[in-house]
Amino acid sequence: MQILNYIGYFLVSIGAAFFFLGGLGILRMPDLYTRLQAGTKASTLGAMSTILGIGFMQPEWMIKTIIIVIFIAIANPLSSHALARGSHKAHQLPYLKDEKVGDAYEEEVENLQKNQKEEDK
Amino acid sequence: METSVSKLNKFIYTWLILFLVWLGFTTTFAFAEVVTGILLSFTVSIFSFKSFTHAGLKSLSPKRILYMVQYFFVFMLALIKANFDVAKIVINPKLPINPGIVEFESKLTSPFAKMLLANSITLTPGTLTVDIIDNKFFIHWLYVTGTDEETTYREIAKQFEDILIKIYN
Repeated sequence: MQILNYIGYFLVSIGAAFFFLGGLGILRMPDLYTRLQAGTKASTLGAMSTILGIGFMQPEWMIKTIIIVIFIAIANPLSSHALARGSHKAHQLPYLKDEKVGDAYEEEVENLQKNQKEEDK
Repeated sequence: METSVSKLNKFIYTWLILFLVWLGFTTTFAFAEVVTGILLSFTVSIFSFKSFTHAGLKSLSPKRILYMVQYFFVFMLALIKANFDVAKIVINPKLPINPGIVEFESKLTSPFAKMLLANSITLTPGTLTVDIIDNKFFIHWLYVTGTDEETTYREIAKQFEDILIKIYN
């Protein structure tokens, strides 16, 4: 049983480290989308391995922790997707560094709007 | 393909899954707990079976479950690898990012499979699904290595989509 405890401590430490890196990323990144990236990172591996680590420390909670991890895996991308799409609809344009790399979504939305207007005429 | 699944089939599938989740949370086989679970999951599935599932009991076929297990391992490997990649970027004092929104076209037809692919892409750090228009996926990418569709498809989606195509197409 002692070895399960050690695995648990190891997983919780990894989770804490990734939570720290996620927070650091949110502070350092230049704009909304890159910050969202850092945020999703923190709550995927960070939260998953912290919760699973607790499951290893208390083996009778193991199945519950696995269900919670699955729930996080379903709910977390939905929220970050909604935030990203919503802010793009509110004309929050992404920070671009390289001139060759553009914003393909913006172009597509403009094309769709153009086609819509032509159809209306 | 989804319309051919009968209501009873969907209902039984919903009931089964909800009951399994109940068993997972209570982690006991005491008589009273199990009966309460059966009754509760029955009541909930009356209200939710229409939107809970498209394919019904077909989702539990051994072939699908095997592919889902394979998908799980591929996904976990990609998740851990990408986590370390983004961690390296965050720690690096120069912050070597090259962000942008790229697009690629997916071959998936089922809406549920598209949802799974989009969620997997978002969960993998470094890539974030902004929107899906028809079959085009728009991905915000933290370190863009190429903007043409082939590169983005190969780098972001191929490993997930290869398995999803086998299950859902």
